[in-house]
Amino acid sequence: MSEPQLPPPGGSLDNKEPGAGAGGAKAPWKTDNESNGSQLMREIISGNAMISVLAVLVALVIGGVLIAVTDQRVVTAFGYFFSDPSATFGAIWASISDAYGALWRGATYDPNSRTWQGRLGIFETLTFATPLILSGLAVTLAFRVGLFNIGAQGQIILGATFAGVVGFMMELPPGIHLVAVVLAGALGGAIWGGIAGFLKAKTGAHEVIVTIMLNYIAISLVLYLLKNQLRDPASSNPISPRMHETAMFPLLLGPNYRLHAGLILAIAAVFAVSWLLNRSTLGFEYRAIGANPRAARTAGMLVSRGYITVMLISGALAGLAGVTQLAGTEKILDSDVAGSIGFDAITVALLGRSKPWGTFFAALLFGAFKAGGTSMAVNADVSIDIVAVVQSLIVLFIAAPPLVRSMFRIKAVSREGVAA
Amino acid sequence: MKLELRGITKRFGTLVANDHIDLVVNTGEIHSLLGENGAGKSTLMNVLYGLYAPTSGEILIDDVPVRFSGPSDAMAAGIGMVHQHFMLVPVFTVAENVALGAESTTFGGILNLEETRKKVREISAKFGFDVDPDALVEDLPVGVQQRVEIIKALVRNSKILILDEPTAVLTPQETDELMDIMGQLREGGTSIVFISHKLREVKAVSDTITVIRRGKVVGSAPPSTPTTELAAMMVGRAVNLSLDKADAQPGEETFKVTNLTVMNDAGQRLLDNVTLGVSQGEILAVAGVQGNGQTELTEAVLGLHKHVLGSITLEGQELLGKSVRKILDAGVGFVPEDRSDDGLVGEFSIAENLILDLYKQAPYSRRGTMNHAVIAKNAVEKVEEFDVRAQTAQDPADTLSGGNQQKVVLARELSRPLKLFIASQPTRGVDVGSIEFLHKRIVAERDAGTPVLIVSTELDEVLELADRIAVLFAGRLMGIVPGKSSRALIGLMMAGLPAAEAQEQMNKQDTEPETATDAVSASEAQGSASTNDSGVQS
Amino acid sequence: MSIATTTDHGKVHDAVAVRSWKMPILFAALALFAVVVFILLGPGGTATFRISSSGDAWQVPNLVLPAKAVGIVVSLACAALTYVAYNQTKTRGRIATWVVMVFTVLFVVGLMVWIIGGTTTQNITLVGLFTGAMLITTPLVFGSMSGVLSERAGVVNIAIEGQLLAGAFTAALVSSITHNAYAGLVAAAVAGVLVSLLLALFSIKYVVNQIIVGVVLNVLVSGLTGFLFEKIMKTKVDGVTLFNQPAHLPNLPIPLLSEIPIIGPTLFRQSIIGYFMLILVAALWFGLFRTRWGLRVRAVGEHPKAADTVGINVNRTRVLNVLAGGAVAGVGGAYFTLVAVSSFSKDMTGGLGFIALAALIFGRWNPIGAALAALLFGVAGNLQSILSLAGTPIDGQFLAMLPYALTILAVSGFVGKAMAPAADGEPYIKE
Repeated sequence: MSEPQLPPPGGSLDNKEPGAGAGGAKAPWKTDNESNGSQLMREIISGNAMISVLAVLVALVIGGVLIAVTDQRVVTAFGYFFSDPSATFGAIWASISDAYGALWRGATYDPNSRTWQGRLGIFETLTFATPLILSGLAVTLAFRVGLFNIGAQGQIILGATFAGVVGFMMELPPGIHLVAVVLAGALGGAIWGGIAGFLKAKTGAHEVIVTIMLNYIAISLVLYLLKNQLRDPASSNPISPRMHETAMFPLLLGPNYRLHAGLILAIAAVFAVSWLLNRSTLGFEYRAIGANPRAARTAGMLVSRGYITVMLISGALAGLAGVTQLAGTEKILDSDVAGSIGFDAITVALLGRSKPWGTFFAALLFGAFKAGGTSMAVNADVSIDIVAVVQSLIVLFIAAPPLVRSMFRIKAVSREGVAA
Repeated sequence: MKLELRGITKRFGTLVANDHIDLVVNTGEIHSLLGENGAGKSTLMNVLYGLYAPTSGEILIDDVPVRFSGPSDAMAAGIGMVHQHFMLVPVFTVAENVALGAESTTFGGILNLEETRKKVREISAKFGFDVDPDALVEDLPVGVQQRVEIIKALVRNSKILILDEPTAVLTPQETDELMDIMGQLREGGTSIVFISHKLREVKAVSDTITVIRRGKVVGSAPPSTPTTELAAMMVGRAVNLSLDKADAQPGEETFKVTNLTVMNDAGQRLLDNVTLGVSQGEILAVAGVQGNGQTELTEAVLGLHKHVLGSITLEGQELLGKSVRKILDAGVGFVPEDRSDDGLVGEFSIAENLILDLYKQAPYSRRGTMNHAVIAKNAVEKVEEFDVRAQTAQDPADTLSGGNQQKVVLARELSRPLKLFIASQPTRGVDVGSIEFLHKRIVAERDAGTPVLIVSTELDEVLELADRIAVLFAGRLMGIVPGKSSRALIGLMMAGLPAAEAQEQMNKQDTEPETATDAVSASEAQGSASTNDSGVQS
Repeated sequence: MSIATTTDHGKVHDAVAVRSWKMPILFAALALFAVVVFILLGPGGTATFRISSSGDAWQVPNLVLPAKAVGIVVSLACAALTYVAYNQTKTRGRIATWVVMVFTVLFVVGLMVWIIGGTTTQNITLVGLFTGAMLITTPLVFGSMSGVLSERAGVVNIAIEGQLLAGAFTAALVSSITHNAYAGLVAAAVAGVLVSLLLALFSIKYVVNQIIVGVVLNVLVSGLTGFLFEKIMKTKVDGVTLFNQPAHLPNLPIPLLSEIPIIGPTLFRQSIIGYFMLILVAALWFGLFRTRWGLRVRAVGEHPKAADTVGINVNRTRVLNVLAGGAVAGVGGAYFTLVAVSSFSKDMTGGLGFIALAALIFGRWNPIGAALAALLFGVAGNLQSILSLAGTPIDGQFLAMLPYALTILAVSGFVGKAMAPAADGEPYIKE
């Protein structure tokens, strides 16, 4: 009986995107009953490219301010600001251009680098982007069904662990071994995601809480295994033995670059998820469940089965991200195999507006940040942590278009519906 | 206290909900606001109560202009409101709900609920409310919750009480009790603004009636105004909606519900041992006040309920225990009670909504792949056939008006061969023009030989469509009577009298009218006088 | 006129028709676990629980329990209670509270005896267990109280981790600069409020999904503190890191009370933050359930529109509560750098913010419940580190999983019903 929300004010687009304003001309007497998931989706899917570009820009500017004010050169120059203001501005420019220059070169092309890898950072960007694409797709897909999968982290860990078991504990013929590794990784992630989907469907347990908790359980689990069954007998640390050569993704550009065939898997996954969502009957069900679970149920769709299957697929995608990390980049399993990929995946999916190709490009951008961030830390002495700051700011700004609009005084374009 | 609204205008974007509305409510007067759903009555009251800021215009209390920036200002000015959807916190007790916002406290803001309990008991005793201050609101029946809302307003010394569609959720019996209460309040000098679209109630209780249509005041009238005239003011043209429908030619009874019981998770019986059947080529309409098990009946047939006992058969095939998908595939067409919640995916296009439960069938999809070209072509055809007013079939469904949305749902459900057609509240919130169209399509489906089950809380709609009428009360079947039965009889059954007893009452009343209860005589008198207000209660 | 009313005739039968079997299933699983693990895999010998430490004024004798015997008794009792639970569910549709309580206590006792009996030393000092647990419990309590404050008003707070981390960093920085721990404490509260300000701005003003904001804020704070840590705290002046030498808050034992066995050392030999914690929990409970403020906050979290219609400013209430929550969590964060350890390190909160969230849920959004859950999780966490030193039958990692696993059981309805405030996470939009 509780209807906690007022009817949405028809024309007020203050808090909603023009796209979401499709419901804008709703008659005022109608109570808005849409589920949280659908609101969330509207926020994410709608919006335009301009906002995204501006969000990236503003975030970079704020990052630049942080870099400048913590730079010793700037602080020193500021000491005699009044006698020589130009020195301060010069220092600020030097500080920011050093940092972002290093970031850009690290992510794309650096003619001065001594290593192959460093010279063509673009391939590092693609290497970092590979697991981000896959795990970003995992979050994206779940989003579209109205589920917030915060558990990519745990699913990556489980995926990598399963892949590892096949990859360094089993001997299989070349080719078959890699396929087995990939399937095992997908299975591991699917199990972990499936638990959250199953509990959501059968008991109504909130997937956000369950996936957060599963992330931590995954870390404890893999630590336990690495201390016992999966431990490399030659090491005193809780790490696994190295993957067999047959279990690893082939390198795409020879031994000078880390870029591996996992990227092809990731791109194939983008095509697959795109088809799934937009062309398949299953995707139709998923989108309907995400937008209005009650109507989906009345139309004969099995909402709980949708929750379970989508979390299985989502988990499998995240598991594949774990596979590309282990069998492509890391080669040895440790408890930090997922790094921050699982959380970056959420920001990637949000930046990509929960669309498969949007996610792909967002993953490329964040991959570039990671590749460039490393070079920035080395060449400009700016901690890579700044990348996390910039990434989170981007997402915040994208999620709140009115804020960006008010910064740039862009007028919201309201879409007029057919009045009742 | 005298209340005056001058030139109130309220816009939502391009939609003008209230257009220069003038209204005067005198002290100790029951002033009814009459209008169709969506005419702008609730918006106006939300403006008056400070929930919405008016776009222009002013509010005067005792001839002094006031500005309300929020409900607290309105309350301080002596205005109280009983909302259509109750504003009660379900997990709080009655006393906590009454206290909220106007708490008695001891030092340091510590709650003194005893004070509130005392007030609740006082008011309760004065009006014979029988409300326990320590009961949890979520455990109370709807009628009692409404009284809690009234107590909330009275505790705050409201001199003007706004009642927004208060009878929508009440039985005729409870409605009559509410009208008594309104009378008592008026005696005590309280002014009441009574919002309704039900002509009978408005005529029975008002001192003055103001009619609103499409956000504008159409005019004022005394309660003695003939029903037909009020109805005409309300809908804007002479209403003659009685449907041209031939008598039913019932065939075999192919749809049977036997001893159907539906329970909620707590084990309460929402539907209790109901048995009924519908023949081919017949419309069975289920009447009853909202919340007496009608929703559960239709949802149970579609397989949406977990805890169901009994049997539901269609052409000899048991439906109970089957999935919704299987039941739809068995030939059941279903128009849900709340289209935006259950019938449509608002952000999907009209085209996608037109295949929402057909997407798995050829030609719309093959081997798991959707065929967008066929889906678009189907949409163009259906939009044309059902006269859906939209720019293109690719528009999101939630850009459509209620009537057009309902046409989309109906078009989808009638677009395949059916063995049973169920429609719940087929014309709720739909404009008059569309109602006629929708009713015709439903009768056409009947004439094609499909058994049709209609659920409606609007008695007029029931009387118009039904070949037979089943009445539910508190989840139980009060009986099934012919479609041409009198409103009074059905009214008694809706109040909880089994058909036989109700008929007995009717007979008694015919012989000695003076012993009839107020409720019956009132509904009888209004009922017989106002057969023509049908359709306007959309 | 005879008006039919809803009858109760089938109530008992109906309740049985829709009963939930989750609890008996859980009981059965745990009882089976008890039989297999406590009896079949159980250790021989005894488990010793040392209650007093040698310096205590009042000496209480040690509690020595025969491990195998306790295991057998507990297992059989658990099995019997499972049968009782099964029977009650079958006949009455629900399980009596005492059954749940007794089962829980028995199982925990059995588990402890099994664990301690299985270590190489076969004994444990309870004082050490609990005082050590407070190192984890204290920030957990502050974190979960931050959650109580904001979620009771209807704003989901996933950003607890970020609030704690911001508090820890700022406390370290400011107390290093001022050489005053109390200045650090105040600064930490301010830092927590700043994080909350962002949460409020984005989730209430811009109506961004609250979970998204929370998740992103955690990343933001982690990045920001990490960046500043590298840039400022790691900078050495004359070979020392000037900005990561926080002054410490002293312990202030309370006379007499601090001498009570176990409870004294655990609760009454703390820094000012510890006492503030005790007061905070009690005050929040009283405030929420006994005062006008609490009634209004709960109304805003349950049914914001109802609150609005009686003149309560919903969004202002939410903003204030979220900010207050930030201050509380900031103080909790200060505990890390002003009490627990001697300096700030990157991401030092290590996910405790999420355990605080777990405690909040497991404690059913009730301050006292959340505090007790935090205590349980703290004990489990400390047991893990104690046991990592002594050989144990159970790997510490499984104890580490305990809070998370329990929370999953709680939100799945296996451990009672964890109901969030009805409007938790729902933005309130009005014209």
